[in-house]
Amino acid sequence: MTTPSVRKGEPTEVRVSAPDADTWRRWGIDPSWSRSIDVASHTGGTHCWHVLDTGAPDGRADAPVVLCVHGNPTWGYAWASFLRRLHPTYRVVAIDQLGMGYSERTGSRRYADRVRDLDDVIVALQLGHESPLVLAAHDWGGAVAMGWAVQDPRQVAGMILCNTGIAVPAGRSAPAIIRLAASSMLLDVVCRGTSIFVEGTVRLSGRRITKIDREAFRAPYRSAPARAAIADFVADIPLRPGHPSEAAIADVAERLQAVDAPVLLAWGARDPVFDDDFAADLAGRFPNTTMHRFPEANHLVMAEADVAGVAEAWLAELFDGGLAIPATNSAVDADGSIALADQVRPLWAAIDERRDDTDEAFVDLATGDTITFAELAHRVDAVASELHRRGLQPGDHVAMLTPPGVDLVTAVYGVWRAGGVTVIADRGLGIQGLGRAVRSARPRFVIGPRRARAAATVLRWAPRATRLDPAELVAAPVGELPAAPSGDAPAAVLFTSGATGPAKGVRYRHSQLAAQRDALAATYAITSADRLVAAFAPFALYGPALGILTAFPDVDVTKPGELTADALDAACERIGATLAFASPSALANVTATARDGRQHRGLGGLRVVFSAGAPVPSETLRALAELAPSATLHTPYGMTEVLPVADIELNAIEQAERDDPKGGVCVGAPVTGAEVRIAALGFDAADHDVPSELAIGSTGEILVRAPWVSDGYLGLWATERAARPGPVGDWHRSGDVGHLDVLGRLWVEGRVVHVIHATNGPITSVPVERIIERSLGIRRVAAVGVGPVGSQQLVIVVEDPETEDGPVGSEMAASVRRAVDEPVASVLTVRQLPVDIRHNAKIDRAAVASWASDVSAGRRVRPFSGRS
Amino acid sequence: MKVLVTGGSSLIGAGVATTLAARGDDVVVQQRSRSGALEHIEVRQELGDIRDPDVVNRAAARCDAIVHLAAKVGVVGEWQEYRSINVDGTRNVLAAARRHGIDRLVHVSSPSVAHGGEPIVGGAADAPVLGRRHAWYPESKAMAEIDALAAAGDDLGVVAIRPHLVWGPGDTQLVGRIVERATTGRLALVGGGRALVDTTYIDNAVGALVAALDAVTPGAACSGQAYVVSNGEPRMIRELVEGICLAAGVPFAPRTVSLRVGRSLGAVVERVWPLLRRTDEPPLTQFLAEQLGTAHWFDPRPARDDLGWTPTVSIDDGLVRLADWFAADRRLTAP
Repeated sequence: MTTPSVRKGEPTEVRVSAPDADTWRRWGIDPSWSRSIDVASHTGGTHCWHVLDTGAPDGRADAPVVLCVHGNPTWGYAWASFLRRLHPTYRVVAIDQLGMGYSERTGSRRYADRVRDLDDVIVALQLGHESPLVLAAHDWGGAVAMGWAVQDPRQVAGMILCNTGIAVPAGRSAPAIIRLAASSMLLDVVCRGTSIFVEGTVRLSGRRITKIDREAFRAPYRSAPARAAIADFVADIPLRPGHPSEAAIADVAERLQAVDAPVLLAWGARDPVFDDDFAADLAGRFPNTTMHRFPEANHLVMAEADVAGVAEAWLAELFDGGLAIPATNSAVDADGSIALADQVRPLWAAIDERRDDTDEAFVDLATGDTITFAELAHRVDAVASELHRRGLQPGDHVAMLTPPGVDLVTAVYGVWRAGGVTVIADRGLGIQGLGRAVRSARPRFVIGPRRARAAATVLRWAPRATRLDPAELVAAPVGELPAAPSGDAPAAVLFTSGATGPAKGVRYRHSQLAAQRDALAATYAITSADRLVAAFAPFALYGPALGILTAFPDVDVTKPGELTADALDAACERIGATLAFASPSALANVTATARDGRQHRGLGGLRVVFSAGAPVPSETLRALAELAPSATLHTPYGMTEVLPVADIELNAIEQAERDDPKGGVCVGAPVTGAEVRIAALGFDAADHDVPSELAIGSTGEILVRAPWVSDGYLGLWATERAARPGPVGDWHRSGDVGHLDVLGRLWVEGRVVHVIHATNGPITSVPVERIIERSLGIRRVAAVGVGPVGSQQLVIVVEDPETEDGPVGSEMAASVRRAVDEPVASVLTVRQLPVDIRHNAKIDRAAVASWASDVSAGRRVRPFSGRS
Repeated sequence: MKVLVTGGSSLIGAGVATTLAARGDDVVVQQRSRSGALEHIEVRQELGDIRDPDVVNRAAARCDAIVHLAAKVGVVGEWQEYRSINVDGTRNVLAAARRHGIDRLVHVSSPSVAHGGEPIVGGAADAPVLGRRHAWYPESKAMAEIDALAAAGDDLGVVAIRPHLVWGPGDTQLVGRIVERATTGRLALVGGGRALVDTTYIDNAVGALVAALDAVTPGAACSGQAYVVSNGEPRMIRELVEGICLAAGVPFAPRTVSLRVGRSLGAVVERVWPLLRRTDEPPLTQFLAEQLGTAHWFDPRPARDDLGWTPTVSIDDGLVRLADWFAADRRLTAP
């Protein structure tokens, strides 16, 4: 046995006295919460424990108790955010483990001792007798708390586990940083003799924790004797076989399945020790877990991110009717027959039905690749059986890193047929965003060309995933096919760019994607006689599901905005297209590159052109109508989470603009099967009822319900809860503001976060911008608010490449004020407004508002356009 | 209602007196010398110094309410004078109110009483700050406001109204100086005049004081409170200055002074001015540089909610009225 020896029977006279009241206050802790109690120990005798105990909230002696167990090398202060946030509703108790924080310095303690210590203090504080008990635990405190929980799971109402673990996840070794710290040579120096371990832990969080936090975390560990237990803790990690605590911990790990209380995994994704693998390991051990992952947070997640806020929402659910067991945990039906539900037509059904058809199914004009329906059906089977052979289990995530084309289409349907979940990330995310997205989905398989497979390993996107080459996969012989997934089974996780912050993974089930397919077919009356040109890669995937010949035009898939009129025309002519889909920026380029007088025979055959993803200017559509005279020009409205919501065609757009020039952007009536509800701005998402509907014409947040609304978000419990109000969670909060008119048309007025909260009520950005754009002939305008919410002032920022950044002249300002009904505080101009890469149309209003605020406050500012 | 208006010869004072008289109130005005503007309306003019308790007592006799405007405004002069007029004068008014059983007092204050030099963006009427040096006007007004609001109680309703940068026809302070400087080519904008600043068209300032008078019964929500009133339409200072120049028919060709330079210049001027024994207003002070170079605008909702008042003349309409007034003035003075 080479485990570092644990010092035995050391004297216990080392005292670390608790801070005075002023220090507690400076740390944001009510001094009355701090107390030391003598607790009878299971070993006989007593130990002096320090606890931060908020006591029961006023008049609620039976309020649930949240017992917080810290890890190593922290102390009860690690739960400061929980104490502050939760004490009005719960009794929150954060203990200092023996030898840690301001508790007694005892001799060394093994894991089994610590579990019994926890029981001692729970008994002494009489927790869990009259009130439900929730355990919150972090780091090695998690192992201790889990050890206590398995002894009598009935006593546990719920658990909140933050960056912790009970076993080294399968297929990997313990984190290097821990192995290093625990090595016999370094242990004493790193953990006890010097403050390297304490300091390193605190520094991992960088500037995400405050100076006060850093001070408080260090405070009890200023001397080597005070740090003795830190070294003992690390020495007690069973990194080698035969370690004295190995059996005890392994036993707890095996028994976690008996803890059927809901468990929230609140995880800092940047933790170098307890990383996502540990979260996944725990999710596989407890029967009922939900996860909220904080992409930017490191190890001390409770101090770095709003874990307390998520915990508050989760606890409210827990004690208000109980948390539903997420159905995604049961991909396989109870009886083991994983047949697709009768009413759901499989996503690959249209391919299957044409398996004897040698007509072309997909044409990629960028590469020249083509495939027939017969070949496609065969290869989908090949992919599915090969994945099955390689061990794909139902619900396994499969990262699709193959560039758009025949192989991607084949692989996607193959994964679906095999019961896998396709993880698809938008290339607009950039390499970093893509990596972050793939990593957060934890794929078991990666399908992609050599470069993508290398990235999966080298950049650690999915270091332990099975990496597959799409060309080899589609060429595999057809072997045994796995059972087809049910309609309830998860099908896809989609990451799209555009929003601020890390992209969220949007989860879809098979039934939801099938409903989406059927909604598209119904909305555009698509029949087997149609042929589709899709210049936007993700949309090309719908073609085979609809059972129609699909072509991808000759354009760089990473730059769809470079689509030319000739390329689109050639693709249409090649397959005799009746339908074409392109992004707004691609369509703008098509109209810009159309040569006068040239015949566009391919475009002439189109009956429908659609475009979505960003507002489509009617000017673009009008110009396109000249190129494709037989086509009606549609713009579906929707988002990654639900598409389509509504649809409108060019003539109706023009009619709507005449009907109400100041209404915003009319996106048409909701499509058949979709319901739209306008809810009051700022409604309480924690409320259990779906917010009531506002009167026709009133502006509010747009909620959508349809069978094809996505299932939720990946690993973002609180985000999902907030986005899906009501008891069933079938309504989706779009984050858009708008209204319905008397004709049932939906008008979009911008994003909720861009609403200007002025003294006389909210002002929505898009109607103001559109009216200025149209009446003054300005290309791009941003309407933003400056000042505090409730008394914000409206500032208009217009784009003019010819003018220096700053205030506009008085005539221009007067023109803008004449055009707008609302009072305008000032009108500024910038050479270029910041727009997103993918659509080149969504203005980064937050950046504009920040600059406008600085200008309006009289601060010295650099020109906006020069900002990096 | 019989109302005493102190400082009745000022632009706002005359406006309040005229408005109250026009709606049938019995108005007494108190000021040092006879006001021509008040000659043709039915008000009693009580002449004398606000520093003299007897004058104030006499003027307040048999009144139901007081609107207290009398004050010394400026950036030069002795502390003694500011203190005696603004602080002692206010104490005289409070004593007279108690003595005559008057139950409503509108104390006219200034946003500068709470000014700390930082930009104010959608701010509230913060508590007055004391302890300034060399800024006697805001210091004395802060003391006066504290005294006035402390007097609010069961028998006396007191409200402090802080109008922000009042302008309009006949205004010599803001309009007069802008026009004078534009005419002589000395117009300068601190920081390019891009900061948003609240201003108050004269009729709105008068309207706010009248609304406050009507609202401030003892125990009313507004009693004991201070309110910043303005048009609620913050504009870039350059836009307003340009609008005033346009209305006056004078050229708008400002130079730009950075806020940093403006502050430094102001500081120098403040030191030099007394050494030169000048008693007129200096062209620039630190305070003025900050006022003109940083944002100063306020949340209009407290005044709206508690006084039941909203402005009636927009900035654009006010500028039209100002232009009309200048045009009429030119016709009258034309040879």
